[in-house]
Amino acid sequence: MKYIIAIIQPDRLDDVLDRLTSKEVHLVTVTNVMGRGRQKGIAEVYRSHKEAGSLLKKIKLEIAINEAFVKPAVDAIQAGARTGSVGDGKIFILDLMDVVRIRTGETGSTAIG
Amino acid sequence: MKRGYVKKWVAMLGMGLVIGATSMVMAADSPPAPKLEVNSGDTAWLMISTAMVMLMTPALAFFYGGLVRRKNILSVLMQCFMLLCLVSIQWVLFGYSLAFGPDIKGLIGNLSWAGLKDVGLTPHNIYGTTVPHQAFMMFQAMFAIITPGLIIGAFAERMRFTSFCVFSLLWITLVYDPVAHWVWADKGILGTLGGMGALDFAGGTVVHINAGMAALAAALVLGKRVGFPEKISPPHNLPFAVLGAAMLWFGWFGFNAGSSLGANGIAVNAFVVTNTAAAAAGLTWAIMDWIFQSRPTMLGMITGAVAGLVAITPAAGFVNVMGAIGIGIGVGVICYISVTFVKAKLGYDDSLDAFGVHGVGGIWGAIATGLWATKAVNPAGADGLLYGNPAQLWIQIKAVLITMVYSFVVSYILFKVIDKIMGLRAAEQEERIGLDLVDHRETGYTMLD
Repeated sequence: MKYIIAIIQPDRLDDVLDRLTSKEVHLVTVTNVMGRGRQKGIAEVYRSHKEAGSLLKKIKLEIAINEAFVKPAVDAIQAGARTGSVGDGKIFILDLMDVVRIRTGETGSTAIG
Repeated sequence: MKRGYVKKWVAMLGMGLVIGATSMVMAADSPPAPKLEVNSGDTAWLMISTAMVMLMTPALAFFYGGLVRRKNILSVLMQCFMLLCLVSIQWVLFGYSLAFGPDIKGLIGNLSWAGLKDVGLTPHNIYGTTVPHQAFMMFQAMFAIITPGLIIGAFAERMRFTSFCVFSLLWITLVYDPVAHWVWADKGILGTLGGMGALDFAGGTVVHINAGMAALAAALVLGKRVGFPEKISPPHNLPFAVLGAAMLWFGWFGFNAGSSLGANGIAVNAFVVTNTAAAAAGLTWAIMDWIFQSRPTMLGMITGAVAGLVAITPAAGFVNVMGAIGIGIGVGVICYISVTFVKAKLGYDDSLDAFGVHGVGGIWGAIATGLWATKAVNPAGADGLLYGNPAQLWIQIKAVLITMVYSFVVSYILFKVIDKIMGLRAAEQEERIGLDLVDHRETGYTMLD
């Protein structure tokens, strides 16, 4: 079992979700996050005062997943999120020790989906 | 220790107000000899205008509230609402009497109208001769309420609430009431009723220059916010600011067209030029943004519109529609320069540009009245420079300078004294946490639910 964390551009979310759905990956948690990398932000201007904020708006996806789905899910995220410019984000893949489904008490890979 | 002292102080102040209120007897109708008739149309329009101007204070609250960070929204809304309550009481108890009561040497009214004694339901022989005297009093109350509200823009996000209350009560009494008397009251030294003849139709000097200079004093005495200018987050809710600005525009029809004190031609003229100047200035700001920032901005356009409304205020009953376009374009350019280039150069932190828009826009408006005023619009007014009377321009400039100096000096002293006695500014840690939580134990937005 793996735990996938992906940081992507906010405007790529719909595309990424569509591609995950097409790979039958349905369970995903989405959060608005702020972060920074090497990308320079779009400077906002308020009464001529430039706000080149050092933190940028991003979207974080979290997916707990069985081994067989890891490759398709990562491919789907990358295909959906990639624009080719700096700031497209990152995908982190972590080992997942266990999962408990709260409703039934099932554990492990049966509980994951 | 300081906190305890402040609390006692405020409690005493509150008690004083209540005792004052209960000991004063409501007056019967005024006795003056000439019998003036109440005109129902005039009275209806003035009462509607009064309600429209009342709406401008919460509108200002949302205009300012949208521009601050989310941790300070309630503090701004609360300050505006407190003024609505505080100044309303001050006004009927003694404020109206100081501003419009029987004259003392052209400088201030005496206290014989305190508690609205002799301010009745028949017309006064000078102030709104076709409406009940109390209708005029109530209309003026709304002006007294919003004027200290404008100053909030300069000290937003860092002034302690208790100090704000004490400052506002003292400022309205020592600065607003006298200046209103000078300009609008019978025999006031600056105005047209026996004074030097400065034209101020709806409050360019009394409201906007007055508040704008106090705002500058506030920015200088309080100093910059923690992290200014690099680390200050952008406006947390621009749609609030847009809604506030739109409601201000709406309310301003009451402010300016209501200042004719009747449903008549001058009111319609004020209505037309108010709308025109706001439009011209909003458009000008957008074009300036296009030129200097490559894109027009929402905040820029509403700032321009408000600046246009400020500038047309003293002129609304004296200029025609072409004058309004001139005033609107002028204020768009001047305020844009003041907010964009001058403020950045001088480096003071006027958080929401109360001085940059209301002070500078008000000064331009008062002077521009001396350029474009014409008796063709209002025979009771005067001709300006462009209609062959340069003397009026000089009168306007003198009135502007007197108001600027008086308001700045007294406001500066008030801020300094209050700072010494009870502390003006929130502690650095409190400022980081946000005034909503620190001063009111509330937050504007919850994280969950």
